[in-house]
Amino acid sequence: MKKLILTVAALALSTGFAMADTVRMGTEGAYPPYNFINDKGEVDGFERELGDTLCTKAGLTCEWVTNEWDSIIPNLLSGNYDTIIAGMSITDERKETIDFTQNYYPPAASAYAALSEGADLKGVIAAQVGTIQADYVAKSGATLLEFATLDDTIAAVKNGEADAVFADKDALAPFVTEGGDLKWEGDDVPLGGGIGIGLRKSDTELKGKFDAVITEMKADGSLNALIVKWFGDDAATF
Amino acid sequence: MFASCADPKTLEGLAWLMCYLTSGKHMLFYGSFLVVLALMLIVAPVALAFGFGGALAARSPFAPLRWFGKGYTAMVRGVPDIIFFLFVPVAMDQGLEWLRHLWTCPPTGEPVWSNGEFNVCAAAKIPLSTTPQIWHEVYGFALAVIAFAVVFGAFAANVLYGAMNAVPRAQLETAEAYGMSPAQVRRRILIPQMWTYALPGLSNLWLILIKATPLLFLLGVEDIVYWARELGSTKSAIYDYPHPDWRVWYFLALLVYYLGMTRISELLLGRLSARLSRGQATMAGEAMRKAGA
Repeated sequence: MKKLILTVAALALSTGFAMADTVRMGTEGAYPPYNFINDKGEVDGFERELGDTLCTKAGLTCEWVTNEWDSIIPNLLSGNYDTIIAGMSITDERKETIDFTQNYYPPAASAYAALSEGADLKGVIAAQVGTIQADYVAKSGATLLEFATLDDTIAAVKNGEADAVFADKDALAPFVTEGGDLKWEGDDVPLGGGIGIGLRKSDTELKGKFDAVITEMKADGSLNALIVKWFGDDAATF
Repeated sequence: MFASCADPKTLEGLAWLMCYLTSGKHMLFYGSFLVVLALMLIVAPVALAFGFGGALAARSPFAPLRWFGKGYTAMVRGVPDIIFFLFVPVAMDQGLEWLRHLWTCPPTGEPVWSNGEFNVCAAAKIPLSTTPQIWHEVYGFALAVIAFAVVFGAFAANVLYGAMNAVPRAQLETAEAYGMSPAQVRRRILIPQMWTYALPGLSNLWLILIKATPLLFLLGVEDIVYWARELGSTKSAIYDYPHPDWRVWYFLALLVYYLGMTRISELLLGRLSARLSRGQATMAGEAMRKAGA
């Protein structure tokens, strides 16, 4: 076993000399259209395209890594990757443990979806664990039912376990619009301070680089163009 | 994969299914079966070696070694597996990086663990962040193998310890009467004779190992459970092959796979058990002798 570790370590050593630092981009890969694994098995989506553009502009070499949503912050802190670019809203609570760049997606609406109209929004509501939507449901007085992925929350509504699902509207939209059984319910709720790239607090240099290129992309309109490409003409832009 | 699959949205029926099942993502799914097989085939001998070492240590006349052997089995057997699976890889990863940090990084005076962050300099990362992703995966897999081997090794140690104690004293005494030294008795009589007593316990462990492989998913290795969930979940029109929630079909496939694996194992273990029982002073050995006579 020791030998195996040594071999791996030796390989890691021999392949890694004299190259520019690689920024490892951590994402969930299960949150279309923000990020998802396409049919080729690669990370794809708005954040993939944005992330690659940011890296090119900032002159960084980037590599994409997927990680479960539940453990995405702990694994950033322990250094498995260097950024979280996974549709993560900037909140004060998260800012206690990690840092964020400025937002690259404006504060987005969250919405309820249910099987039939008139669902009880104070009843049992499904949400993805560790999201701002889950926090909101817990505070709204409804019974919160948490699941590891967005898909599980939808499944819970479909099999009657929950009365409705509460999630980011853009992520929820395909389940409602594409002939799905779900319907919008109640009003949209604006939540969070927009979506930013999560970084370790000690990584101030990287934060500066990303902030600079995001500002640049906001100014020349290329960020807005990217948002419209992935989220449609009605999407909120800068 | 096939040229006809270039535009999946125009396909229907069997042609669609053919293209769907051969998409790049499905290839990764099929590949992950090999990952799981590799895990089992690597862990089994390594865990057996751990177990052998643990059992011999636990029987050692040298007290500290005996304490070590007994402590190892008692600790792993007493702590929930899942804690080991979560703890061992993280502790090993950070421990190795910390050692390499001490070795390679210029002293900065800053603590490695601070504010809940674990920071070593870029040169101390294992693997380095510049290494291709595949090596990160191999490294994660290696850590998983060690975690599995530590846990299953402890159980194997206990099984082997029990099996060594079950070898009839008369056989060992006969060997001693022939003038064999303790080491010779162990090597020539005890170890060859113990397998028949160890096999039922070891075969249990093997079947548990087969069923425990989905824990890989917990360690961040993209195994069959990860891909089954990922492929089966609802796919909107943003994907090339949109479909509703098909997870139940993928998990049924996994069910068939696991049942198949355990069935094959049972057949092979049954044969091995018969082979080891031949001529033994056990009920099974006696039954075989009578049937043959």
